[in-house]
Amino acid sequence: MKEEIIIAGFGGQGVLSMGKILAYSGLMQGQEVSWMPSYGPEQRGGTANVTVILSDDSISSPILNEYDTAIILNQPSLDKFESRVKKGGTLILDPHGISRMPERKDINIYVIEATDEANRTNNLKTLNMIILGGLLKVRPIVKIENVMLGLKKTLPERHHHLLPLNEQAITIGMNLIKKL
Amino acid sequence: MKGNEAIAHAAIRSGCDGYFGYPITPQSEVMETLMEIEPWKTTGMVVLQAESEVASINMVYGGAGCGKRVMTSSSSPGISLMQEGISYIACAELPCVIVNVMRGGPGLGTIQPSQADYFQSVKGGGHGDYRLITLAPNSVQEMADHTSLAFDLAFKYRTPVLLLADGAIGQMMEKVTLPPARPRRTEEEIRKECPWATLGKRHGQKGNVITSLALLAEEMEAQNLKLQAKYAEISTNEIRVEKYMCDDADYVVVAFGLCARICKNAVETARANGQKVGLLRPITLWPFPTEEIRGLAERTKGMLVVELSSGQMVEDVRLAANGKVDVQFYGRLGGIVPSPQEVTDALHKLMNH
Amino acid sequence: MNNEIAKPENLVYTKTPVLNDVPMHYCPGCSHGVVHKLIAEVIDEMGIQETAIGIAPVGCAVFAYKYIEIDWQQAAHGRAPALATAIKRLMPNKTVFTYQGDGDLAAIGTAETIHACNRGENIAIIFINNGIYGMTGGQMAPTTLEGMKTSTCPYGRNPEINGYPLNITKLVAELEGTRYVTRQAVHTVAAVRKAKKAIRKAFEYSMEGKGTSFVEIVSTCNSGWKLSPVQSNKWMEENMFKAYPLGDFKDR
Repeated sequence: MKEEIIIAGFGGQGVLSMGKILAYSGLMQGQEVSWMPSYGPEQRGGTANVTVILSDDSISSPILNEYDTAIILNQPSLDKFESRVKKGGTLILDPHGISRMPERKDINIYVIEATDEANRTNNLKTLNMIILGGLLKVRPIVKIENVMLGLKKTLPERHHHLLPLNEQAITIGMNLIKKL
Repeated sequence: MKGNEAIAHAAIRSGCDGYFGYPITPQSEVMETLMEIEPWKTTGMVVLQAESEVASINMVYGGAGCGKRVMTSSSSPGISLMQEGISYIACAELPCVIVNVMRGGPGLGTIQPSQADYFQSVKGGGHGDYRLITLAPNSVQEMADHTSLAFDLAFKYRTPVLLLADGAIGQMMEKVTLPPARPRRTEEEIRKECPWATLGKRHGQKGNVITSLALLAEEMEAQNLKLQAKYAEISTNEIRVEKYMCDDADYVVVAFGLCARICKNAVETARANGQKVGLLRPITLWPFPTEEIRGLAERTKGMLVVELSSGQMVEDVRLAANGKVDVQFYGRLGGIVPSPQEVTDALHKLMNH
Repeated sequence: MNNEIAKPENLVYTKTPVLNDVPMHYCPGCSHGVVHKLIAEVIDEMGIQETAIGIAPVGCAVFAYKYIEIDWQQAAHGRAPALATAIKRLMPNKTVFTYQGDGDLAAIGTAETIHACNRGENIAIIFINNGIYGMTGGQMAPTTLEGMKTSTCPYGRNPEINGYPLNITKLVAELEGTRYVTRQAVHTVAAVRKAKKAIRKAFEYSMEGKGTSFVEIVSTCNSGWKLSPVQSNKWMEENMFKAYPLGDFKDR
């Protein structure tokens, strides 16, 4: 199994940390993983993206032309990555930051209103876990228990009391995601 | 963990006595990780944020002169500032580890990954006639492994060793198995391993002097010849290279570090299409795997060198190939990283030439 | 011929064995020789010949390691405090000191000097201030006095062109990290005695973990100044001491 994912949005949306949790989840189930951020000034409010690869075999290039799955959280990212999803691949987007919906017919497009949901529950910090839940519903590449182990690993101990809230967010995301 | 974090962890586990550095993107996580771990509370390792890269490298000089396992890390502009100190360290024959997590230049440049410091790394860098053993990791695992290896080579040959990575490898996260933990050496152990070190004069013996000064030209030539003999020995013993699908290859891609990973994808694609393409990755950039490349040049139809620069290593590949085969180049500059598709396109150009 | 005087019981003074039996390269009348002797004597008296590590500068004193028989490192120009910082931090039980001239310490090495002092590194810094670059042939130093002639200010130092003499000792005394800052000279017997006491104090303090000790020795460079040794001492008293008055800045 090999899954090549791009997660892209604005800095501060939890793009990099979502990728990190995903990578750690893969690690927890014994896979090879790579997490390659677009680092730099983009970290501070500009566009941010991260390429995550989970694979049963060793990973050659951590930088890719195209992806199995794209998680898109703003319009510039959609413009940049829509064409780079593999034929038959998956594109998940949060319509909150989107002004023009994707046009491709040869990929599976899903919508998850995660930002609205997070705002509604007044907990924007769970945004990335809601989206992650959505991803796992349509692409069950890692087991939820491994996600929780991965999350535990990335979260500082003083925040471990937030683990149940995050697990809930995954479930919310799973129920929220809809095919376009 | 991140490549930069792996360096910090590996340093502690390599029995490192001291790290001296100055913040610069994209390698600040090395010192940040060390400061968070606080190894002075466990192994006794000293970690100090210096006032500049100039001070950092001279702190390394001081520590290395005492036979201690010391290191610094920086990124391209900072490494330029260190060149004076590195030249002194090379001449005084002090073992130490220097990490360069390259970013795009020249000038202040960008913080995105680059390999444009190849010349600076393998052709000397500072003034005078010297070389640095230059290791080029291509994964987070190798960031850790090479840190440990760098200390071993530095002490084996009494020479500075450069770990030449790039911003992408510094920032990316991968699975890593850390090298086995080694204790720091005691003063007596250092005296035994490094009888030249300035740990305080031995009773009844002359004091040790660490210097790079020899005012008489005859003395300076002798020191140069000694260095050259050492470099010849290193060239004989320490060339490291990874070959992937080169045995039956008609075409070979030559790349190091992150670039080699991207090229491997392109090679996999080519193989999937039935094209006999291989990859040669120099792990040591100095000493350079000249013979390996010469051998391949004699029995292949073409070579492609891919770098994050305008073409630096390609000069050494062409010297090695010595006109036996067409050596083409593809590179992106200033922090841009090519995609595997770009390498595939460049390969097609080579094959259709 | 009366050889009685050479008998051990009649000896009133002998050279410390820490000072090597080699001819010094310093010019006759130069202060370096005296300061070297004082350091060697202090090392001898403190019994630290096997635990002292000296850092030699770039400048006339680059060969200090030939004369004082201890372990030495010779630093790049101005970087001695950086070397000393690392050595002391890696081996707090050693006595670590730098020996630097004005060009080394107060021009090219200003950052290293200020920051080592500001961090309060537990080292002793011996600073020879003769207001000129001796080794390279008498060029202007940061501490060259106003109006003083050197090969790179042949008509005298003009502040409008060259800026003002840098009183770096006063500057480092302001830093929290310094514990002992003093300015001495070695032009008279009394001054030599005082300078030796200051060097000893600096070395002792460096082992107490309470900050940096900084000893400036206002010195002569009769070759660079183009004066005889005697004239140099007089010129120093009349001119250098005005800009750089002797005394303690700080001792706590």
